[in-house]
Amino acid sequence: MLRIDRRLLAHFDWPLLLLAIAVIMCGLATILSASHSTEALVGRALIQQTVWAGLGLIALLAACSFDYHWLDRYAYWIYAATLVLLIAVFVFGAWGGGARRWLRFGPISIQPSEFAKLALVVSLSSLLQRYAGEGSLSLRAVLLAALLALPPAALILRQPDLGTALVVAMTTGAVLLVAGLRLRWVAYAALIVLPVLPYGWQHLKPYQQKRVLMFVNPSADPLGAGYHIIQSKIAIGSGMLHGKGYLNGTQNRLNFLPEQHTDFIFSVFAEEWGFIGACMLLALYVALLLRCFVAVSRARDSFGVLLAFGLTAMIFGQVLVNIAMAAGALPVVGVTLPFFSKGGSSLLVCMTAIGLLMNISMRRFTF
Amino acid sequence: MALNQREVPLVLRRRVGVALGLGLLGFIGLIARLWNLQVIQGEEMRLSSEKNRIRLHRVQATRGTVVDRYGRVLIDSRPSFDAVVVPEDSPSLDGLVENLAHYLNGSAAELQAQLKAASRTPYQGVSIKRDLSYDDVVAIETHQIDLPGVNLQITPRRSYPRGSQLAHLLGYVGEASQADLDGDETYHRGDLVGKTGLERRFEHYLRGIDGGQQVEVDSVGRKLSILREVEEVPGNTVKLTIDLDLQDAAAEALGDRDGSVVALDPNTGEILAFVNSPSYDPNIFARGVRTNEWKALLADHHKPLNNRAIQGQYPPGSTFKFIVATAALEEGIINPFTHINCSGGLNFGNHYFRCWKKGGHGSMNVHEALVQSCDTFFYQLATRIGIDTIAKYARKFGLGDPTGIDLEHEKGGLIPDTAWKRKRFKQSWVTGETLSASIGQGYVTATPLQMANAVAMMSVGKRFRPHFVLRVESPDGDIIHEEKPEEMESLEHLRPTTLMQVRDGMHDVVATERGTGKKARVRGVEVAGKTGTSQVVKIGKERLKANKLPWQHRDHAWFVGYAPFEAPEIAVAVIVEHADGGGGAVAAPLTKEILDRYFALKHERENKSYAQN
Repeated sequence: MLRIDRRLLAHFDWPLLLLAIAVIMCGLATILSASHSTEALVGRALIQQTVWAGLGLIALLAACSFDYHWLDRYAYWIYAATLVLLIAVFVFGAWGGGARRWLRFGPISIQPSEFAKLALVVSLSSLLQRYAGEGSLSLRAVLLAALLALPPAALILRQPDLGTALVVAMTTGAVLLVAGLRLRWVAYAALIVLPVLPYGWQHLKPYQQKRVLMFVNPSADPLGAGYHIIQSKIAIGSGMLHGKGYLNGTQNRLNFLPEQHTDFIFSVFAEEWGFIGACMLLALYVALLLRCFVAVSRARDSFGVLLAFGLTAMIFGQVLVNIAMAAGALPVVGVTLPFFSKGGSSLLVCMTAIGLLMNISMRRFTF
Repeated sequence: MALNQREVPLVLRRRVGVALGLGLLGFIGLIARLWNLQVIQGEEMRLSSEKNRIRLHRVQATRGTVVDRYGRVLIDSRPSFDAVVVPEDSPSLDGLVENLAHYLNGSAAELQAQLKAASRTPYQGVSIKRDLSYDDVVAIETHQIDLPGVNLQITPRRSYPRGSQLAHLLGYVGEASQADLDGDETYHRGDLVGKTGLERRFEHYLRGIDGGQQVEVDSVGRKLSILREVEEVPGNTVKLTIDLDLQDAAAEALGDRDGSVVALDPNTGEILAFVNSPSYDPNIFARGVRTNEWKALLADHHKPLNNRAIQGQYPPGSTFKFIVATAALEEGIINPFTHINCSGGLNFGNHYFRCWKKGGHGSMNVHEALVQSCDTFFYQLATRIGIDTIAKYARKFGLGDPTGIDLEHEKGGLIPDTAWKRKRFKQSWVTGETLSASIGQGYVTATPLQMANAVAMMSVGKRFRPHFVLRVESPDGDIIHEEKPEEMESLEHLRPTTLMQVRDGMHDVVATERGTGKKARVRGVEVAGKTGTSQVVKIGKERLKANKLPWQHRDHAWFVGYAPFEAPEIAVAVIVEHADGGGGAVAAPLTKEILDRYFALKHERENKSYAQN
């Protein structure tokens, strides 16, 4: 099956690959800085992430080595497999930080929720390609899509992992809207959901409630729940125009930043590189975004368009939410920064997504 | 190959385009947010991050020491350890307090209450226990892991090795009050500052310059590195004019009787001994006075907090006579040969003014009137001299106004005159009152320091501002401040014979067998002086013996004097409150003991310096 067509190689999307690698390199450098302070982590975090990047590259190449239409055929199998993994987490998963998110296989642990995002985008695209393009989506299509999205979202929410669940919901929403969800229905849904919100509020964990409250007014409890938001804003702001210099971020080095390897890694970067550096990083992401949309535009069929768009929406939805959260413009939810945050599953999934986008981009002439 | 392939509808492509636009808008929003944080608020955020990581550990400078004129330590500072808690640095305050209570053998509830009570800015430490014992210090040092947020802070503690000796002059230190903090922004909460006495008046010499460290800390307050360090500059050494040996001798002579002794050098105004009895131990203030101790001090009938030497305003009694005699001789109201007969008292107006000697002294001139302290002579004299003249001379001798010693709350005593009476009582002066004033009774009062200074002036003809600081030396030994004799008033313009005649009288007070002060006689040194027995209650028909009176109605016993007669070098004023005898019986022998010691010490020191040469 893995016959490499010379014609395909000619259309290999080098810019997309190189841009992704460039962001990953920035991420590795920042992880080095973030683990600089705690000596036990020097090297270890960086080596782990480098290994995962290598694996990610293999996954990326694998993801563009077959015709992506195979995914269409096996979409529901893939979906079912990740659902099984999510249930497995629920049963056998490893605990960490009050949540059960990981499956441990010897030395490596994976986060099935990351793969579930990918599988959901594939199956949604497979489902909606039939309905897309005929004006707006039929109620049946929307209900079927919701039926697909709900089980993984619910399982992830139960872990609990509010951040990933929100990304799942966001991605589903984005794909549905592009596929032709009527905005009027969104308004109706909102009318139904809003009255239930107070009930839902009571079902949030106390720490989740606190996070939302602290977003509204972080200085109400500067040493309690608002601490993370304030320290992250201080880290970013104190970078000023030019930054404090690589490895010189005091907020990072002295552990004032929470989760500086993962959710708040952007703060580490912005503190050390300043506004100019942060803008350059954002420019890199924008370039990647544009290149992803090139891939979307090159897709020759609805499945391709929906898949490519879904993957792009998944990646950049997270980018926007993560940075907005670090900058104190959104409540703190545990969302990683794609290609940047430490975390094997996240990196692997993002690189697979890039591989799929390249796959779609490459096969624009093969019909 | 292709499955399910359909042409991509245009509407789908359009929606994708809209999504891209929204995505890009999101990025623009992020850049705007970053611009706001990093550029507009950047300066402020940078400051916050510096405040996060840099803590200032202030080190209060070691306070200067105070020594006597021969270098013996009167006040010292020793290092002590305080346990300081920074609540923000502790992940679990309750757990911390429990651990701390365990290691310090204290009660957790008490520590908790202390933490709650402390008003402070965030990240400022609270001194939870001061002056830790050695065991406590070791316990905290070895259990640092259980005690996050607890630091040991070395602070100098004030100690007064001589206890209550000189307490009123030295004063004490205490924690800076709100007024101290408002008055000088270099003071910080918890700093020790001089509260009274020398500690307060010489605060700026004693306090030194605080040092400090800029320390980089991590998010849990662990000290990572010292960024900058400023050495403290210790306070200066203050050298007093006090001779501790003489001070001890004077205190010993006074014993546990209430009273005061002031000895000074008449040629310079340097105070050699300054005794108040009873006194208090300033060490209890240095460690923080307890409420019950403070109440006990306030409630004590013997008033240990009272600085008698400068605040006790006593009628000077017969010691006042040398001043009245000087006035009368100088003004020509009498001459040395003016004789007055004493028959035991004087009828004046409708009142009989008694002499202390019931049977009378017979014929008296001024010399004999001083020697035998004849009251009648001075009553007669008072009928001829105005109160304003007496007041003029009394003021010349420094009475009626504070002496200007460098201590707070000094009292000036009272020298009445016609103007004062008119102002105070809206009445005119009655000559009968001059009779009382002439023997140092009635309205006349003076402090022991004033009397010492007055007799010093009598001895050398000049009056100096009494002072107790010789000089201030920096820690390197440089002289920063030196107190020179400061002349206040001179008797130069008086006729030399006036002074000679009064001095002769004072000489014979001690030297002759008739003299009331013969018990002040010292072997080998000629002493001059004047006794006094001042009444506390109005004189009745008959003077009762002291032991027949209730304690608080007994007379005060005075002696003022100087020695050697020809070349005075020490002037002394002694008062014993409510003594069991008059000035001649109680205060004169007490003065003898002090003078004995003074000349013995002088002899000893001269021999020593000969031996050294």
